[in-house]
Parts: sequence; structure tokens; C-alpha cells
Amino acid sequence: MDASNYLYISALLFTIGAVGVVVRRNAIVVFMCIELMLNAANLSFVTFSRINGNLDGQVMAFFTMVVAACEVVVGLAIIVAIYRSRRSASVDDASLLKR
Amino acid sequence: MMQLAIEVGQTATPEAVMFWILGPLAVLAALGMLLVKKAVHSAILMAFVMVVLAVFYIAQDAVFLGIVQVVVYTGAVMMLFLFILMLVGVDSSDSLTETIRGLRPIAITAAVGFGGLMVSLLGRATLGRDAIGLSAANADGNVEGIGYLLFSRFVWPFEVISALLVTAALGAMVLAHQPRSSKKTTQRQQSINRFRGESIATAAGLPAPGVYARHNAVDVPALLPDGTPAPNSVNASLKARGDMLDSNTFDLKKISTQVEEEK
Repeated sequence: MDASNYLYISALLFTIGAVGVVVRRNAIVVFMCIELMLNAANLSFVTFSRINGNLDGQVMAFFTMVVAACEVVVGLAIIVAIYRSRRSASVDDASLLKR
Repeated sequence: MMQLAIEVGQTATPEAVMFWILGPLAVLAALGMLLVKKAVHSAILMAFVMVVLAVFYIAQDAVFLGIVQVVVYTGAVMMLFLFILMLVGVDSSDSLTETIRGLRPIAITAAVGFGGLMVSLLGRATLGRDAIGLSAANADGNVEGIGYLLFSRFVWPFEVISALLVTAALGAMVLAHQPRSSKKTTQRQQSINRFRGESIATAAGLPAPGVYARHNAVDVPALLPDGTPAPNSVNASLKARGDMLDSNTFDLKKISTQVEEEK
């Protein structure tokens, strides 16, 4: 077994997250799947950092975590705002542009 | 030298055992996130995946990131998710029925294609050398190494990202803020409403719950002067939950006239 096995796991987790974003309807679950994709990318960063023998990848993963935290804060505030006006957390219900 | 490269590039046996136990579990938990019905269960499976990733980070000599992963993700972010789940509650969006026809087969086909592409790409890609490992980069310690990079080469991105954090906090406050839809009633207005309302019976306030001297809990209606219970003395949400007791249970059946002298 070598370090690239982590890359396979990362690819699988990213794919699963992408499917979740498309398939699930609850906005919060969709959001968690986006977090899963970000985490999968982070695992790749850390693995490449190990393969290349420098810490740049870890610093990038650290930045990704900060961006993800910002994204969670703003995204959840948007979900709460939508829930207040439409009384629903389903992504299908926010379809004003369609009609 | 060659031997060392192989040793560093190949994960040692304990790491392999850890990987082959936790890796499939993480993938299963991630798949479970898609398949379980309730959003709360999804959140718990997500927390599990994040803890597994933290273990992977620590196993790959990224100690600082592993700890940050536990603190930031499983600690703060998942807590925020659960908090919003509690606020929003459970609604119809939890159902797994397909609303756009043909979406699911297309999504799964695309995912299998994408995942297959990634995995086969990874299988074919060669680095041309063995993995180096972080023992040299981490010689002064992992935290020191990352700190050195953050405050030398990456100092500008670091500053920009701090501005992003402040902006996000402000943005969340603006988004979540809601102006009052009705004007706040003044004390004068409240007093007028009380006395010129539909009935003056509650002008002095509602009766307090509890049959005094027998039972004074909040879930027991008070007794009116004629002995009948007053249901409006009990909190409406207790009544709605069906937690209101019957005052008659606490009636004195027989009044004892014997008085024992106290010594």
C-alpha cells in the first residue's frame, strides 16, 4: 500500500459529495455534501504534501478550511433567511426564477 | 538510500491496517449520508467522516491539520449544522422521492463516469519517483513549519483570508437580521388594551396555576372561588402538549378535625 491510496479515497468522497448535491433536496444536506467535497479536496492536498515532501499543501488545506468555515456561516444564514420567507428548507421550493 | 525511499513512500503496516479499516468505513458513511432519510442522521454520518479524515491527516504527518479538523469541523461547523437543523426543523424536503424525473439515473451515471475517470487517472498517473515523506519538512515540528510558511511566503493570502472571515461574519449578521414587522407596543398602549379589550375579566392578569397548600406545580390549574378549576391559569404550551393535570386529584376528600398539639 502506498500514499496514493488516500487519493483514491479522496476521489470517491468527492464523487459521493457531488451526487449528494444533485440528488438530495434538503438544503442543509446539500450543504453538508458540499462540505464533504471540500474535505475530500483537503485530503488530496495533505496527501500531495506528503508525496512532495513540503508543507505547501498543508497550508493550502488550512486556507480551504477557513474558506469552508466562512462558507458555512454565510450559507446557513441564507438557508435561515429562505426558510423564514418560504417556510421550507427544500431546494425545489426556491424556484422564483422558473415562473 | 533506495531502501529509505521505499520505506517512506510506502505506508508502514500499522498505517495500512488503519487505512483499510477506516477508509471503507468513511466511504460507507459518506454513502449513508445520501441514503438516510433524516437530515440529523446525515449530519452524524458527516461528523464521522470528518473524524476519520482527521485521523488520516494525523497519520500523514499533518498533526496540526488533524487537530484543526476536529476542532473546526466536528466541533464548530457540525455544531452549527445541527443548530440550524434544530431551527429549521423537519419538513417534507427530507423525503427521498424524486421530484425531477430521470434526475437520479442521470446523476448516478455521471457520478460513476466521473469517479471511474478519476480513479483510472490516478491508477495511470506516475510521479516518476517515490513519495518523499514529511520527515525532513517536519524536522522543526509540524506547527512550526506551517507557522513559518504562513508568516513568510503565504502572509498575503493569510491577511486576505482574515478579511474574508470578518466579511463573512458581518454578512451572516446582515442576512440573519430581520426588522420588526410590527411596532413595539408601549406600556401606555398595553394598559389601554388591557382595560378596553373585549373583557375586563383578565384586566388584573390571569390567575396563577396551582392549588395552593395542596399542589402548586405549574401544570395544575388554579381553583376559582367556587371550587371549579381555571384552565386559563396553565401555560398554553403545557395544555397543547396534554401535560395539564386535573385539579380534583388534589381536593381534600375529608378534612381532619383532630389537631395534634405540637410540643
